[in-house]
Amino acid sequence: MRDIPTSEVIEVVRDLCVETNTCLREDHLEALKRAREDEESALGREVLDRLLENAEVSCSERVAFCQDTGYAVFFVELGQDVRFTGGSIGEAIDEGVRRGYGEGYLRPSIVGSPIERVNTGDNTPAVVYYDLVPGDGLEITMLVKGAGCDNMSALTMLTPAEGLPAAKRFVVETIEKAGPNASPPLTVGVGIGGPFEKAAQLAKKALTRRSGEPNPNPELAGLERELLEEINATGIGPAGYGGTQTALAVHVESHPTHIAAFPVAVNLDCHSHRTRSVTL
Amino acid sequence: MSGAADEREPVRLTAPFSTGDIEPLKTGDVVRLSGVLYTARDAAHARMAAAIEGGEPLPFDPEGQVVYFTGPAPARPGHALGPAGPTTASRMDSYSPLLIERGLKGMVGKGSRSGIVREAMRESGCVYFGAIEGTAALLARCVKEAEVIAYEDLGTEAVRRLLVEEFPVVVVNDLYGGDLYVEGRERWRREIGRDR
Repeated sequence: MRDIPTSEVIEVVRDLCVETNTCLREDHLEALKRAREDEESALGREVLDRLLENAEVSCSERVAFCQDTGYAVFFVELGQDVRFTGGSIGEAIDEGVRRGYGEGYLRPSIVGSPIERVNTGDNTPAVVYYDLVPGDGLEITMLVKGAGCDNMSALTMLTPAEGLPAAKRFVVETIEKAGPNASPPLTVGVGIGGPFEKAAQLAKKALTRRSGEPNPNPELAGLERELLEEINATGIGPAGYGGTQTALAVHVESHPTHIAAFPVAVNLDCHSHRTRSVTL
Repeated sequence: MSGAADEREPVRLTAPFSTGDIEPLKTGDVVRLSGVLYTARDAAHARMAAAIEGGEPLPFDPEGQVVYFTGPAPARPGHALGPAGPTTASRMDSYSPLLIERGLKGMVGKGSRSGIVREAMRESGCVYFGAIEGTAALLARCVKEAEVIAYEDLGTEAVRRLLVEEFPVVVVNDLYGGDLYVEGRERWRREIGRDR
């Protein structure tokens, strides 16, 4: 059994909020630079240049890369031999968000109720998904999830007869429908299988993978390449101004499903793709 | 698209506008805006619509003005405004015609506008400019002054009067039915002949 004081979780989450919102992860920066090299539209190249310049400024001045500092989403891999002392982990994560967003000059973007719509003022509550794993480790991955692109995400419950061709069509059509609204070039998370909510969670978690790192399953890796090619053929381009670089990466995750089901979820992330991990 | 806009010198414009200022603009033109922009997004638009319905005054007279759809992050000390990129404009589609009918000449945001908004823009003379959301820190540098003028209780969603210099935008919808999002996509779409 390993004891972890929740005060340590608060500090780590506070720092993670500031770091994730201000400095893009290296693999995403590299993906933007590759897109800059490959983009055929001059206006598209201009957009990518400005994104890269913004990344330098936001990181060096410690200001938000994007004013939409998003939902604070956390994927927690929690070793089953860990015991938290001094409070609950859920409260510690919220306190870390409260301090990180407050001290980091990050915008509070969450309303307490979708109906009454009063801002909670500190970007809490965080959205937290726990995975219980063997051992006594603790890994916290943050995804700062902007709403413009989350709003353009979609889920469908296909039939097995419709199958993979329909799944591919659904992914590309979701992106075509989103067009400029999702702020391309995108990172695309796709979840197939499981019941309804599992597909959506997989799609979201897929966004945290290192940009363009293929799924270890060769069939799914092939699907990722094929989807990326089709998405980049849509012509939507950077900022939707037209171009050849509509998505930087497609990450597909799969899960066993029911004999009657073929759920497909597509979670889009904008060019302000912000995710980082920390291990305690 | 009206030629290779990015290879030309940007058009320089100062807001508020007269109709004559925006008539020469064409879809795809790169523009540097100076002057006054008013920020307003979802909640502020809902209040302005309610004010119009209730016969109450608006936070500013829309005649000739430009609205910027944004909700800035808090400013660090020494900055006029925190990072402030555009939000998705379509969420304001149900409100925008109310301001356009009252003389609004420009909107800055990101993403496509509805047919009803585009029709109102053509009829009354209003241009829609695109800015890049992921350049929020750079855009904030163009803001020289910022002042909350209404709905302070809305926090980031309050109406602010910004004084900007060389604020970079692109003309998405001009006065003649042009749409950069449609034209750009058509120009760069490729057929790759799969099972679609």
